[in-house]
Amino acid sequence: MLRVVLAEDSVLLREGLVGLLERFGHRVLASVGTADELTAAALEHRPDIVVTDVRMPPGFSDEGLRAAVGLREKLPGLPVLVLSQYVQRTYAEDLLDASDGTGVGYLLKERIGHVEEFADALRRVSEGATVVDPEVVRQLIRRRRDPLARLTAREVEVLALMAEGRSNASVAEALHVGEGTVSKHFGSILAKLDLDVSDATNRRVLAVLAFLRG
Amino acid sequence: MLSPSPPSPSPEPGPPTSPKPGPTASSGPRPAPPRADPGVRAAPGSLPRTLSRRLLGGRPWRAALYLLTSVPLGVATLVALLLLAVVGSALTVLVIGVPLLLTLVLAGIPLAALERRRLRLIDPVPLLDPHREPPEPGLTSWLRTRLQERCTWRELAYSLLFAFVLWPLEALAVGSVLLVCGGLIGTPVMMAAGGDGEARVLKLWLADSWPEAFAVLLAGVVLLPLLTWPLGVVARGRAVLTRALLSPPDSALDSRIAELDRSRTRLVDAFEAERRRIERDLHDGAQQRLVALSMTLGLARLERPAEPLGGLLDRAHEEASVALVEIRELIHGIHPHILTDRGLEAAVEDLADRSPVPVEVLMAVPGRLPEAVETAVYFAVSEALTNVAKHSGASRVTVTGVTVRKWLTVEVEDDGRGGARLGGTADAEEDERGSGGGTGLQGVADRLSVLGGTLLLSSPPGGPTVFRLEVPCPPADSRT
Repeated sequence: MLRVVLAEDSVLLREGLVGLLERFGHRVLASVGTADELTAAALEHRPDIVVTDVRMPPGFSDEGLRAAVGLREKLPGLPVLVLSQYVQRTYAEDLLDASDGTGVGYLLKERIGHVEEFADALRRVSEGATVVDPEVVRQLIRRRRDPLARLTAREVEVLALMAEGRSNASVAEALHVGEGTVSKHFGSILAKLDLDVSDATNRRVLAVLAFLRG
Repeated sequence: MLSPSPPSPSPEPGPPTSPKPGPTASSGPRPAPPRADPGVRAAPGSLPRTLSRRLLGGRPWRAALYLLTSVPLGVATLVALLLLAVVGSALTVLVIGVPLLLTLVLAGIPLAALERRRLRLIDPVPLLDPHREPPEPGLTSWLRTRLQERCTWRELAYSLLFAFVLWPLEALAVGSVLLVCGGLIGTPVMMAAGGDGEARVLKLWLADSWPEAFAVLLAGVVLLPLLTWPLGVVARGRAVLTRALLSPPDSALDSRIAELDRSRTRLVDAFEAERRRIERDLHDGAQQRLVALSMTLGLARLERPAEPLGGLLDRAHEEASVALVEIRELIHGIHPHILTDRGLEAAVEDLADRSPVPVEVLMAVPGRLPEAVETAVYFAVSEALTNVAKHSGASRVTVTGVTVRKWLTVEVEDDGRGGARLGGTADAEEDERGSGGGTGLQGVADRLSVLGGTLLLSSPPGGPTVFRLEVPCPPADSRT
């Protein structure tokens, strides 16, 4: 059970999200509609995780994201899951740069529809994992075409899934291969990209993201 | 005696394309519109007709007519101006004098309108009315507009000049020609009338025989066409003067252009605002509802319903997901958030991220630019990159951007095969399918030109293609 503070300006979605979170057994301590209320509620309730929309009143720009980054400074280690109606690499980077990049998630809002994956991402972020939307990873990979040219197509797939924050088991499941195969691919990727990373999932995610960001 | 006005068939010099009867009616003092095809001239062989046309419809007669009609018009103007001035001044003590004086000030307007029409007797190029339409109906609005216009005062000056200087001079010119020719031609009549077998020709010398009198008459007839020539010169000078005083001054034209410019800018702004509104509506409405729908379907799937409901739910969920992707792309295409939120540099980086061809972005555009500039430049770069991906076969693109002395210059250079055109692309097949980038680039150029910017495209066959836009950008404002 996670204690959640939720910020979302659309009432329809806010109510829906509250229902969804409760369906998975979490408790919503506060559900608010503005960035300022979010900051106040998070400081008051000290939740296990904050879930927030990026675009919120009054400016309907990136208030939610800024509030999340600000909260990470005030409450170090506070897990934050940011939802956005469109992917923006620079937003993801702002989040990853806020403190050490652990316990942050940046997902497209439409991922909520895949409720189980969403619940899984929520849990992982609350445990300190880094979760990045596949769309963002796609943008990052596209930008790094040159160094990635050394990888095989399959290796790029593995790298992308890892950058999203998945574990070996999760990658293996997504690609319909065994975990051993994934480990082998990962070893090859590390060698080709000249990376030196332990196999612990989260350190690996951050290292891969750092590499992709150049 | 010569009748003061030539018979009416003097052809109206009017529409530039109307066939002109003879060479005398052709060239004007100003660059005249293309002359009529000589083939339409009167059929050869009818010499008397040609001669009479040349005499009656020709320029000298129109010049004489113009100068002659000046006289009564000038007199009338003089009388009207004097009356208005005297009566108006006298009655100023009563309130009624003020409108009279106001009428005096505005008296140039109808006169100028008449003069512009009359000028077409001797000058085929029409003079445009320099006055603006009043912004609102009603006398007050009309008065305010007219009194603020410089041309109203120029027309008043013209009226004064016309009433006090021009028409007496014109009367003198046309009068002396008439007098000389009339005096010569009328000699036999005077001799017959005098009854003493002699007549004083122009009061200069004495003709005392019939042959002498008829010789003088002949001289008058010969002299007449010759003397019309200086009349033509006088009329032409008069036309130049009238044109100079009564034509729309450049500033009026400038202000019309400025107004057109402003209205074009307003249109583009309105268009842009509408796009933003549509984007917002989609974002706040349809997209949120679709997310909610997808969430509900996802929750329903959690209940693992029996077939066929389970399968149908899966399909519905899948379709909602596809619709979400589509609406996200649609919103991004209408107006990308990144541009609003993070400015041009980040938005161009985002374009680069999305481009299938590797793009290197080297932008040094500090701070935020005016919204209109950011939008126009963003869509310009977007269009350029789309064209590169579609047509160039390039393997690399570089986007550079700098602001130097309040001008933003952005270049998109690729290493493709070249041959791109603003009005279309080298890829004819693409154009036929209606997906050619040409119209898009034209739209980009139009949008930039509204901001006073330009678009240059250099794309020799074989490449490289350089797409360069320059747009003035006022000092970056403090938007964050």
